[in-house]
Amino acid sequence: MSVLEIKNLHVNVETDQGTREILRGVDLVINEGEIHAIMGPNGSGKSTLAYTIAGHPKYHVVEGEILLDGENVLEMSVDARARAGLFLAMQYPVEIPGVTVTNFLRTAKTAIDGEAPSVRTWVKDVRESMANLRMDSNFAERNVNEGFSGGEKKRNEILQLELLKPRFAVLDETDSGLDVDALKIVSEGVNRAKANTGLGILLITHYTRILRYIKPDFVHVFVAGRIAEQGGPELADRLEDEGYDRYQVAEPAAAAAAE
Amino acid sequence: MTAQMTSTAMPTAEQHGLVAHSDGAFVPVQTRSERFRSVNVEDFAPVNGREHEWKLSPVAAFADLTGGELDGARLPIETTDAPGVQVSWIARDDARIGTAGTPEERASANAWTAFDEALLISVTGEDEKVVAVTRSGLGTAPRAGHTVIEIAPNSRGLVVLRGIGDARLSENVEILVGDGASLTVVSLQEWNDDAVHLSSQFARLGRDSFLKHIVVSLGGKVVRVNPSTHLAEQGADIEALGLYFADAGQHLEQQVYVHHDAPHTKSRVTYKGALQGAGARTVWIGDVLIGNAATGTDSYEQNRNLVLTDGTRADSVPNLEIETGDIEGAGHASATGRFDDEQLFYLMARGISEDEARRLVVRGFLTEIVQKIGSPELEARLLVAIEAELQVS
Repeated sequence: MSVLEIKNLHVNVETDQGTREILRGVDLVINEGEIHAIMGPNGSGKSTLAYTIAGHPKYHVVEGEILLDGENVLEMSVDARARAGLFLAMQYPVEIPGVTVTNFLRTAKTAIDGEAPSVRTWVKDVRESMANLRMDSNFAERNVNEGFSGGEKKRNEILQLELLKPRFAVLDETDSGLDVDALKIVSEGVNRAKANTGLGILLITHYTRILRYIKPDFVHVFVAGRIAEQGGPELADRLEDEGYDRYQVAEPAAAAAAE
Repeated sequence: MTAQMTSTAMPTAEQHGLVAHSDGAFVPVQTRSERFRSVNVEDFAPVNGREHEWKLSPVAAFADLTGGELDGARLPIETTDAPGVQVSWIARDDARIGTAGTPEERASANAWTAFDEALLISVTGEDEKVVAVTRSGLGTAPRAGHTVIEIAPNSRGLVVLRGIGDARLSENVEILVGDGASLTVVSLQEWNDDAVHLSSQFARLGRDSFLKHIVVSLGGKVVRVNPSTHLAEQGADIEALGLYFADAGQHLEQQVYVHHDAPHTKSRVTYKGALQGAGARTVWIGDVLIGNAATGTDSYEQNRNLVLTDGTRADSVPNLEIETGDIEGAGHASATGRFDDEQLFYLMARGISEDEARRLVVRGFLTEIVQKIGSPELEARLLVAIEAELQVS
């Protein structure tokens, strides 16, 4: 049983206005097979948590630990983290000109597995995953994210999630900008990946909408760089009714500045 | 109509208009076809580096080629055999010489003045065929060269003109495409690190003929290949492709000119370059002139540069002149982009190492050109050469 542990995580970002503290002591334990929803208002530091786990160089960990089965994730390079089994579905996937989806997927799969996938099963797996996500087959020959609509980019992220089979996935506002049909398709993909591999999921979202399709085991409310409250799925229902207003009194200025 | 744009990874004062205009009171020639031309070097003033055709080139690095005396002896060549291809040397007074074009600058005229004999590559026959002519062992003394590539009407062929080893070469290449012929010419520069190569290439296309002209510049200190294409007859069609990869301290330049001079002519110009390492420098100038006889012209030119590291500079200058409104289409595009940290993060977040990520992007970027060459053997070899460039950084 794999476990991803985040202990007392403090993260700073350098901005034009100087150093800014974004995460202020985050504690979180995710076991394989669990779905944790992180919910919070804009600027609460949710995306910072996602990018820090993945190792984006912009975010500086000043205190605390991230451990994957006891291994120190913070000492790993970005690519080593991915090979160790971490995956980040990005909120704004970037375009990679000149690199086709097919080429990219095969290269990533080879890097993660340490060997090239068997041609026959790989082609079949890709085709099947694409069909499940209602992605047109010509998609495979397009350059990664180049000219993709918002919905296509998110499907492409979930396609990678399904094919790369990580042990833990962080989904950073995967629901943002999706219409209801695309939201259902993407959610089905996440649920399918979980059913197939039993991965642990950290689902970051601003809205409760996606939680109708992906059922969290735990809900954490993120405010001003730390977890303000946690509970089961019922907490999401309460947020749907009441919003984040009752958490905002603490440090609204810092929260607004964080993003 | 003239459009001009310059992109660069390292802005200079000049680009922001902070220095005096170098042309002074002199009024430059406005129309591309009216530039001064001569085969005689003495007709050109000594090069000072401020001329429009030289201002982006490191002229001090090759003053011997623009101003000095050149050795006009036969260039050492090795050639492959193919049925329907003849390779021979012809005299200066051969009627074919001078029919594709005339020098527009001093290095080109200097070579023209100096060469003793011209290399003739003559292609006939409707079967596809490939011939590769390699110039090697040119030494380090300044020399002149002249090559005529001629393809008979309705014939087909692919000619590779390759340079390896040392060179200080100024040359002219004339490409004569007969009516209805289909020719591919690959000018492949894989010189040694210290080599200097200045090449003016002139193509004249006959009626309903097709030329695919490909410039591949990988090796050499300064490589400047300037292809001009005269679409002189109805229905002529040029696809001009270029691929260049500049490493630290390398200057790779190409000034591409397409002259639409007859009805229903077509041109597609696509040049792609990568830059890596301190002082890596590339220049692309793309001039397209659609003359008033060229009704029904269909033209598009584009240049893309991929900047891989800091300290490089890519100039990209598309110019489009249109003298008739009765055309199918004319467009141009230029983009110089970085392989940036966010792209790197995205690929690495999928388990791909930094080196592999860089290779993936460059390979993808340049492969588009390689795949259009039409010779699987040469394509495979070029992909290997590009991989080798990537190892250099």
